[in-house]
Amino acid sequence: MSAFLNSDFGILVLTLLQSLAIIVPLLIGVAYLTYFERKVLGAMQMRKGPNVVGPFGLWQPFADAIKMLMKETIIPTGSNRGLFLLAPMITFGLAVIAWAVIPVNNHWAVANINVGVLYLFAISSLGVYGIIIAGWASNSKYAFLGAMRSAAQMVSYEVSIGLVIVCVLLCVGSLNLNDIVLAQRHIFFAVPLFPMFIIFFISALAETNRAPFDLPEGESEIVAGFFVEYSAMSFALFFLGEYANMILMSAMTTTLFLGGWLSPIPFAPFTWLPGPLWFLLKLFVCLFVFLWVRATFPRFRYDQLMRLGWKIFLPFSLVWLVVTASVLEVFGWLPHG
Amino acid sequence: MIASIIFYIASGILLLSAAMVVTSRNPVHSVLFLILAFINAAVLFLLAGAEFLAMVLAIVYIGAVAVLFLFVVMMLDVNFAALREGYQRYAPVGALVGFVLFAELALVVMNFVIAPGAAVLRLSPAPGDVTNTVALGELIYTRYILLFQLSGMVLLVAMIGAIVLTHRDRKKSLRPDVARQQARQVADTLTMVRAEFGAGVKLVSPPATPQAEEISQ
Repeated sequence: MSAFLNSDFGILVLTLLQSLAIIVPLLIGVAYLTYFERKVLGAMQMRKGPNVVGPFGLWQPFADAIKMLMKETIIPTGSNRGLFLLAPMITFGLAVIAWAVIPVNNHWAVANINVGVLYLFAISSLGVYGIIIAGWASNSKYAFLGAMRSAAQMVSYEVSIGLVIVCVLLCVGSLNLNDIVLAQRHIFFAVPLFPMFIIFFISALAETNRAPFDLPEGESEIVAGFFVEYSAMSFALFFLGEYANMILMSAMTTTLFLGGWLSPIPFAPFTWLPGPLWFLLKLFVCLFVFLWVRATFPRFRYDQLMRLGWKIFLPFSLVWLVVTASVLEVFGWLPHG
Repeated sequence: MIASIIFYIASGILLLSAAMVVTSRNPVHSVLFLILAFINAAVLFLLAGAEFLAMVLAIVYIGAVAVLFLFVVMMLDVNFAALREGYQRYAPVGALVGFVLFAELALVVMNFVIAPGAAVLRLSPAPGDVTNTVALGELIYTRYILLFQLSGMVLLVAMIGAIVLTHRDRKKSLRPDVARQQARQVADTLTMVRAEFGAGVKLVSPPATPQAEEISQ
């Protein structure tokens, strides 16, 4: 058995199985995130949310999925057919492949690579392509406006996300996500780097195009933004991609700031709970905040969005980066001295 | 074996997409093929063990530079027929430029001398205990700190230059004054009025400054 596992073919099979072990729960998670969102929004707006299909409306996501599959995929004339179909695949694919490096427990990642954080950052910066390509290939002005908004927005907020990540890396001294979590054994980074944690979370909202930064799909001005022309399965892929991105961003928040699989209180009754469960619990809290924000805040105006990104977050995180570096240097807390 | 299969796939796609960048008719397709070429170059870096460079290539070139490229190309309204028109006329000039560049490159390659110490250095094993990123950092921030900082400065100056060139102070634009918006209180703008039945409310204009309120009373 171990001979087979060490052969080239064995490694391939093992990697495929590992990928399945990540992707299948992720897809189920995405399906139930839509259900969870509708229930939470319903509760916050004093409605019931989905409650008809199955007990407590639990089969609702599957009913929606089947409905999407049955519908006709409409490709507008004058659109660029190949790119039009490629765009949702890119969006969804990128949201899935980023999961390769997320550690769910100590050394439980498909690929425990040295540059894990950079990989995540690279993948999330590629996310904009799905949207731009969709906007351009649709050959529709609303879609194109949505795509332009999204491109400017995502590039802007990536800058502050990058600086926040550098702050975390300074405290860890490694780009490996496993090491980043293990460095939080004594205290979660959300405590000493609290302002960075907040900036990261808000930037994550902007990166995933979620409310209150959902201008790329602002229905009051540009109908549905970049996916106006999409229908049926191609629309469903965009939708899945958006929710998978939400889960991914929550996972990044959990890993970078909330101590990943570690239990928040490091003694007996809490450490009994296995690591993946802690990870899921933290993920769940982050996702709840995503939905809570959506139910609470009105949409930003575009100039307000740009002002927040460039004039507030960027200078603040730059200053905080220098402060972090100075404190670490002065007190001799720099890892690898 | 897997590594060499991936190498041939990635470099094959890299070369093909590089060719497509030049030959495809639609400029947007060209940029997309350029991105594909970047991605495959990143894969080649990974295979060579340069994981940090691979990720930086992905973040900087694919995630930022190419996005702006794509952005600009999509905004242009390119007339493909007009682009094709001058092809016959410009082809000789293009060929000439290509030939000159090729000759220069050939001259450089022919006179290329490998540094005498390089062959020995290649034989020594790469240190296994230092990751890529750490190794790079220890060189860049010690031995090459001056060059590194200088190149950063050049980029900063270029950025400031671009902003100065395009910046116009438009006096007429209706830009919101955020400080004033934040300082505004409810009491400045809003007065609660109890309307008597049948009597209505007498509106005071301009409404609701404290002075106006005093006058109305």
